[in-house]
Amino acid sequence: MFFKNSLGSPRGPALMDMLQSISGLILALFMWAHMFMVSSILLGNDAMYWVTKMFEGKPIFGKGYPILVSLFAMFILSLIVLHAFLAMRKFPATHRQYRTLHKHLGGIRHTDSYLWYVQVITGFALFFLASVHLYQLIMHPADIGPFASSDRVWTGRMWPLYLVLLFVVELHGGIGLYRVLVKWGWFMGKDPKVGRKRLTIAKWLLTVFFLVLGLMTLAAYMKVGYEHQDKAGERYEPAQYSQLHSASQGGSH
Amino acid sequence: MNAATDNTIPVKVSTARTIEFSIFRHNPYDDTSEPHFETYKLEEADSMTLFIALNEIRAQQAPSLQFDFVCRAGICGSCAMLINGRPGLACRTLVSQLPDKVTLMPLPGFELIGDLSVNTGKWMRGMSEHLQTWIHSNKKVDINALEEKMEPEKAEQIYELERCIECGCCIAGCGTAQMRSEFVGAVGLNQLARFKIDPRDDRTDADYYAVVGDENGVFGCMTMLGCEDFCPKELPLAQQIAYMRRAMAIAGID
Repeated sequence: MFFKNSLGSPRGPALMDMLQSISGLILALFMWAHMFMVSSILLGNDAMYWVTKMFEGKPIFGKGYPILVSLFAMFILSLIVLHAFLAMRKFPATHRQYRTLHKHLGGIRHTDSYLWYVQVITGFALFFLASVHLYQLIMHPADIGPFASSDRVWTGRMWPLYLVLLFVVELHGGIGLYRVLVKWGWFMGKDPKVGRKRLTIAKWLLTVFFLVLGLMTLAAYMKVGYEHQDKAGERYEPAQYSQLHSASQGGSH
Repeated sequence: MNAATDNTIPVKVSTARTIEFSIFRHNPYDDTSEPHFETYKLEEADSMTLFIALNEIRAQQAPSLQFDFVCRAGICGSCAMLINGRPGLACRTLVSQLPDKVTLMPLPGFELIGDLSVNTGKWMRGMSEHLQTWIHSNKKVDINALEEKMEPEKAEQIYELERCIECGCCIAGCGTAQMRSEFVGAVGLNQLARFKIDPRDDRTDADYYAVVGDENGVFGCMTMLGCEDFCPKELPLAQQIAYMRRAMAIAGID
């Protein structure tokens, strides 16, 4: 039977633990990949336009299908739901547990215990922050692009949410990746104590890097959105197409 | 006069710190006793450990003060307590490493006997009986025959984990164990890891899964790493829990 292993013990605890780690791992790696894609705006509007069209499947299908973005966002949302459901098992549940935990954390003053609690708090915040972001994307997949995204950020007043989301998600994912490696004993090297120190340093460096990249990216979208606010809603046309367009118009006259 | 002056033993002016110890006092067997802190002042001496300081306080100021000790050398695990909120062994803690004010509390998560004394033995026995931390073998043992040989590397590996003194610091340092009293903690998982690598133990991973394959066992560990960081014997506890977690994850879905 699926729910029991060969000796008749329930499979659930092992499955749930593994799925929590696997879903978290995929989400954290996706988060960083996502940041690289989004930050393409720093290379210019054309670069961001190209990335958008690539995700809409244009290189394969010849034209962009925003529904692909919707489907992918739905997949990510379901992963988040699964991950949140599994991670909730670890949250303190009662007043007594919260009181014990706060007393414990205050007394031992221990970094890794604090990091775990940061994950609980940021994880809780992500239930809401990530849902808002993903729902918007699922319902309006075509509204991604140098102008569309920037208008959403500035004119659509989404930047406060993205600003908070950036810090929350980077902390949660960065700490989560570090903790999942230690939890399963991966990449610890010959001396696990030294390995853990190395991972800690790498984790903070990556978090700082992605936070800086994220802040620069958000600032870029805000700038584009601010400058484009009078024409909010207008879609971006890449420079090469505009040139072609004007050239063809010029030719017809 | 000068010669006499030269012959006098130079008086060393004491520059020792006076440490203020704030110690948890309570006798749970006395209905009139209320948990409270009492403060004792003690002049720091050279190489003074917390264990020595506590003995001096008991000898000179608080004859009824309860705390445990046996070996005074970090081997028996009796004198674990919260030292300024962090678990540690009194006999292995030098007063010189502590600030001028020190708060001492009994280890949380264990039955209080009185003041700083807790019944770690009762907890450890319960855990040991639950996890069956002894060799399980159906082989008939001939007590007159020589023991079977074991690879030295294997013996060393087992010995490394056997160094656990069951002091309870990993339980006091673990947020999970503090919140969830059923959690077997690093001490339990480390002991099972020790039997799992022991070739004399016949148990399979599925057998271990039956006792630690749930949230009270290895999957309850939330990797806060207090166990590893507060273990006075510096045991590789995170590594052992990861080892058990990997084995139990596979055994669980097998």
